[in-house]
Amino acid sequence: MQNTDEDNASLRAVPDDKGHFGPYGGRYVAETLMPLILELEKAYNEAKADPAFQLELDDYLKHYVGRPSPLYYAPRLTEHFGGAKIYLKREELNHTGAHKINHCMGQILLAKRMGKKRIIAETGAGQHGVATATVAALFNLPCVVYMGELDIERQRPNVFRMRLLGAEVRPVKSGSRSLKDAMNEALRDWVSHIDDTYYIIGTVGGPHPYPAMVRDFQSIIGRETRQQLMEAEGRTPDSLVACVGGGSNAMGLFHEFLDDPSVAIHAVEAAGHGIATGMHAAALTGGRAGILHGMRSYFLQNEDGQIQEAHSISAGLDYPGVGPEHAWLHDNGRVSYVAVTDDEALDAFQLCSKLEGIIPALEPSHALAYVGKIAPSLPRDHLMVVNLSGRGDKDIFTVAERLGVQI
Amino acid sequence: MAEPNRIEARFTKLREQGRKAFIAFTTAGYPNLGAYPLLLEKLPAAGVDLIEIGVPFSDPMADGPAIQAANNQALREGITLAKILDMVRDFRTKDNETPIVLMGYYNPIYSYGPMRFLDDAQKAGVDGFIVPDLPPEEDEEFRVPAAARGLRVIRLVTPTTDAERLPTVLKDASGFLYYVSITGITGSASAEAANVKTNIDAIRAQSDLPIAIGFGVNTPAQAQEMAALADGVIIGSAIVKRISAHLDDYGKPSATMLDDALTFVGDLAKAVHG
Ligand SMILES: Cc1ncc(COP(=O)(O)O)c(C=O)c1O
Repeated sequence: MQNTDEDNASLRAVPDDKGHFGPYGGRYVAETLMPLILELEKAYNEAKADPAFQLELDDYLKHYVGRPSPLYYAPRLTEHFGGAKIYLKREELNHTGAHKINHCMGQILLAKRMGKKRIIAETGAGQHGVATATVAALFNLPCVVYMGELDIERQRPNVFRMRLLGAEVRPVKSGSRSLKDAMNEALRDWVSHIDDTYYIIGTVGGPHPYPAMVRDFQSIIGRETRQQLMEAEGRTPDSLVACVGGGSNAMGLFHEFLDDPSVAIHAVEAAGHGIATGMHAAALTGGRAGILHGMRSYFLQNEDGQIQEAHSISAGLDYPGVGPEHAWLHDNGRVSYVAVTDDEALDAFQLCSKLEGIIPALEPSHALAYVGKIAPSLPRDHLMVVNLSGRGDKDIFTVAERLGVQI
Repeated sequence: MAEPNRIEARFTKLREQGRKAFIAFTTAGYPNLGAYPLLLEKLPAAGVDLIEIGVPFSDPMADGPAIQAANNQALREGITLAKILDMVRDFRTKDNETPIVLMGYYNPIYSYGPMRFLDDAQKAGVDGFIVPDLPPEEDEEFRVPAAARGLRVIRLVTPTTDAERLPTVLKDASGFLYYVSITGITGSASAEAANVKTNIDAIRAQSDLPIAIGFGVNTPAQAQEMAALADGVIIGSAIVKRISAHLDDYGKPSATMLDDALTFVGDLAKAVHG
């Protein structure tokens, strides 16, 4: 290494070869899985260096997923807030309705390349499960999706979607019966089916190489954004805003811009009923460092190191941890992590629907709610890009119930 | 090499006697905080050579339904790492020879503060640790300070640990080697003796450490079969299931729970000892 000057060190050159983002990340898995994740890392590095793999991925992203997703100037939201010029990165227009398909496409091609015969995944909101079931159908591979019982109740449309796509949805009854428990169950499945199974993790979490690999597959969001904004405005954005559950859509947008010091970056966690109530899903704002699901990162936990349940109206943000790269970007201050409540997200959900004719998912509604807090006081020439990570069709039942509407 | 601790002393003695080690796993605080120390205290007399105490965690990723349920119940009963160390300290006032190994996931230890935990564990009379989510690639920060205090971090070898990887696992191994006999979670399947033998032979060729077989051993007959292949046998889920059979819908144990669990432990011990 020639460059030892800290100030010049690229924020995009992580993780190291052991999967560490500063003190975070790593490979905290049982020995049974260790050889498997080493094999995965090797296969991923080879695929990454193989132009044929990238060409095949690009082809599917263009013709099957529908990329590039538009970067849309949102005039009425901009007018409503009366400050920053707001652009929406329309990931909700991807096939299956969210950004999750980006990393599923990459991972299924990798699984195929590795000769795997069976796909498993965990899901919270069901968006990652739907995206996984979709690519598994496309490549004719049997697929099992683990989903907490609680999430099955509140995301019924997605459960039915997964079944239509031919996947088996296995309800998880253990622990808090939501995303973290689904991930435990998927890991248990993986150790029990080591020979033929590929585990498609749904966020920038889990043991190395998943956080880096999922980020790489998602970073197309930021690369497109840079180019599209250059075409529209002739310059880079002034700020970025994205919601953070595990952190995949946020890393996807942010990664391209980490070394652009003029770009302010805001990541929005779910504050649930409010951070002070303890009923939230904000691992960085309200948790502390720990080890779970193969990684060192931030987690909600009690004083004895027992992981606590997360609370959010949004099933996709209802995870008590966060990807390790976010933990690192939090500690080094490059990204500012904030949190918005269920109620604030609900308001933003309705506002975006009415003003722009776009029903956002509850997850990016958190990002939109934060936009509402900072945009008004920013100048009119401030260019702000918000990652609209998914569409809200899956959430209409939850929202209707919260609003006391019978449908 | 550090001073021999109770683990080495016990395996040396058993080797001299030509006996195999019976290692019993139970979940700390299960079925409740009152009954557990009574069970613990009686394990040596029932034939247990080395005690493995499971440290409950909210998210036991390597465990099957039986140990998951035991973890949950013990946590509801209020078990903590500090209380487990108190139980070990009390045990040591009666038994200063039976080695005690704590088996648990890393987060509760990390949260306690690994250095403070190692100090307190050593003072309480713990001899070693099995931390399933701390593979060789990540265990240095815990293993090195543990060794400095005369404590052992037990390495796991599994059916997926191939010839290329085995040296990585054996380097810096101490105490004994835990051979995970199945690819799966605790209590899920039963090990195949033929496969186990091949793998144990491969480990033997490269290590002098005692080898104990665990994860896929559920009955006295299997215990006997596995004992013939290694230096020790570890049984956990089967004991935990035996205890759980005595619990009512509220998790309250029957009056015969303790005696029956110890009878079962005794049967397993006989099978291992032959
Ligand atoms: C639309 C949408 N956005 C965001 C998320 C949160 O995940 P991540 O933080 O990994 O982007 C989800 C998760 O299900 C989602 O469905």
